[in-house]
Amino acid sequence: MDWESIFSNTLESAIGRDAMVFALAAIGLNLHFGYTGLLNFGQAGFMAVGAYGVGITVVEFDAPLWVGVIVGIVGAVGLALLLGLPTLRLRADYLAITTIAAGEILRFIFRAAEFRDFTGGSNGINGFARDFTNANPFNGDFELWLISFSATQMWYLTVGWALVLLSVLLIWLLTRSPWGRVLKAIREDEDAVRALGKNVYAYKMQSLIVGGVIGSLAGMMLAISARSVQPDNYGTPTTFFAYACLILGGAATIWGPVVGSMIFWSIMAFTENLLRQLVENDHIPDSIMSGVQVGQVRFMLMGLGLALLMIFRPQGVFGDRREIALTTR
Amino acid sequence: MTETTPSPNTGFTRIRVDAFEDVPEQPGARKPDPILVVESLTRRFGGLMAVDVDHLEFQRGAITGLIGPNGAGKTTLFNLLTGFDKPNTGTWSFNGRPMRGLSAHKVAQAGMVRTFQLTKALSRLTVMDNMKLGATGQTGERFFPSLVRSRWRGQEKAIEERAEALLERFNLHHMRDEFAGALSGGQRKLLEMARALMVEPELVMLDEPMAGVNPALAQTIIGHVRDLAADGLSVVFVEHDMDVVRTVSDWVVVMAEGRVIAEGRHASIVTNPEVIDAYLGRHHGTPLDPAEQERQLAEAQAEIEAELEAEERAREQEGA
Repeated sequence: MDWESIFSNTLESAIGRDAMVFALAAIGLNLHFGYTGLLNFGQAGFMAVGAYGVGITVVEFDAPLWVGVIVGIVGAVGLALLLGLPTLRLRADYLAITTIAAGEILRFIFRAAEFRDFTGGSNGINGFARDFTNANPFNGDFELWLISFSATQMWYLTVGWALVLLSVLLIWLLTRSPWGRVLKAIREDEDAVRALGKNVYAYKMQSLIVGGVIGSLAGMMLAISARSVQPDNYGTPTTFFAYACLILGGAATIWGPVVGSMIFWSIMAFTENLLRQLVENDHIPDSIMSGVQVGQVRFMLMGLGLALLMIFRPQGVFGDRREIALTTR
Repeated sequence: MTETTPSPNTGFTRIRVDAFEDVPEQPGARKPDPILVVESLTRRFGGLMAVDVDHLEFQRGAITGLIGPNGAGKTTLFNLLTGFDKPNTGTWSFNGRPMRGLSAHKVAQAGMVRTFQLTKALSRLTVMDNMKLGATGQTGERFFPSLVRSRWRGQEKAIEERAEALLERFNLHHMRDEFAGALSGGQRKLLEMARALMVEPELVMLDEPMAGVNPALAQTIIGHVRDLAADGLSVVFVEHDMDVVRTVSDWVVVMAEGRVIAEGRHASIVTNPEVIDAYLGRHHGTPLDPAEQERQLAEAQAEIEAELEAEERAREQEGA
């Protein structure tokens, strides 16, 4: 058993690409779900719009990367308006249905053979990250104790985690303000907020836009770090992983989505590496589980872990137990 | 017009509104200085006419009790007037300003604030945050200014002071940092009233403020309702318990089956035969006259026969 490699992989995952991308996606969801009570099940759609905004602008229109980033952000705002205008006046569950459908519609559009000239169909788009790679100030590998990253990894992780910190700062500023107070009140009972003279619809729209834009940044960072956009990276599982990260860390808390994502991906890495080593070293016989099944079994363990979390710590890592007690009215 | 005399018995400042002196006690009566005027307002739910009000005026500075049996359309009328529901026909004006088509938040901003029958305390906000939410025109509630604390800190402080004073008055001050969800049912009613006052309304519309609270607390709430009027606010409240209405309202409007069937001071209302009919049923105490009884029986008989015939025809068709 190579414990050192297990722990090194776990640590690297805790601050690695997936943790960074899903932290961003979950921060956006946290504003939607945690603070405003909007059930957005289409966060992957916002991520896809960010990613394809960059990919299409840079590759098909030969524009510089920063233009692509702006296009991605504008696209996310547009998607939020498109989804929100008809549904935000309705009850919360309608938004859930609309967003999950919209996310899937977007994915099918992006992977459709019809639009291959723009989106690359199911192959996606490559070769838009050159500006980003060229700007890399790091040389050589980075090593610290058990962790080692290449210069490329260091660069996108630095930018990505900087974006995470900026988003956290934004959410903190917003939610400590009277604006955030209105959002939390809407989450509790929107009719009461309306009766106090607040334009609930406008607040919900603002929340959907801000959280959606942060989601689009997550999509961009996923695309740029992988140096390709793959339509199937933006399916519903992506949305639900982001929700898992958020619930794990604690919804409606500032650091919940970030720490939740770090925990989620380090548990994924830990279980995968541990199981793989156990199988390789014949501690688990082939009759029970083979090496190729490790991927599936770790999801089962993750599911079990989340179920246990909901039973014993429903408020997540950072949540306030008193608040959860109040929701069971 | 209004004369204030402290009442030695209750300790409350009793308001005597002489404004109603020349007002005839009949549905749709004109008031000397109405704050809210309703004109031919209807709301239909399928085949049911939930609200059908020809003309109704609410006097400024008075406490008007809106009563009626369950299903009379009191809450629906409230919902229509406050923008929570849309009427089929009709108009209404608040302070002379037409209100039809205004959304709920615009109605509140105009100075007409309501509470709900089922209390809507914002559970996972503290009592203080509940209160602060009520203040209107907050710079910090706009997206970009909210990011810069210095732009709203001063206003927030002023709002907090106003909220402190109101919490003190409603005897909730010791709960200011608790979650509103931790309050008792009666405390929630008080919080909702205090929160509505944070909006600085001219007219407060209370939907059954005394429902489901213990008698002692109901007295407290009655006291607060009186205080509102003493401060110059106009109050309309819904209630189906006649006794509660007696102690607090200057004027009573009675609704039944969507219509305003009577208006007047409490004393004249309780003896009004229309009102008694509405509360106890139209035929209470009086036997049906023989002709009517005959007609109803014949009707029922015809119905049953028609049904039987239809059944038989259906059976024949099946057989053929």
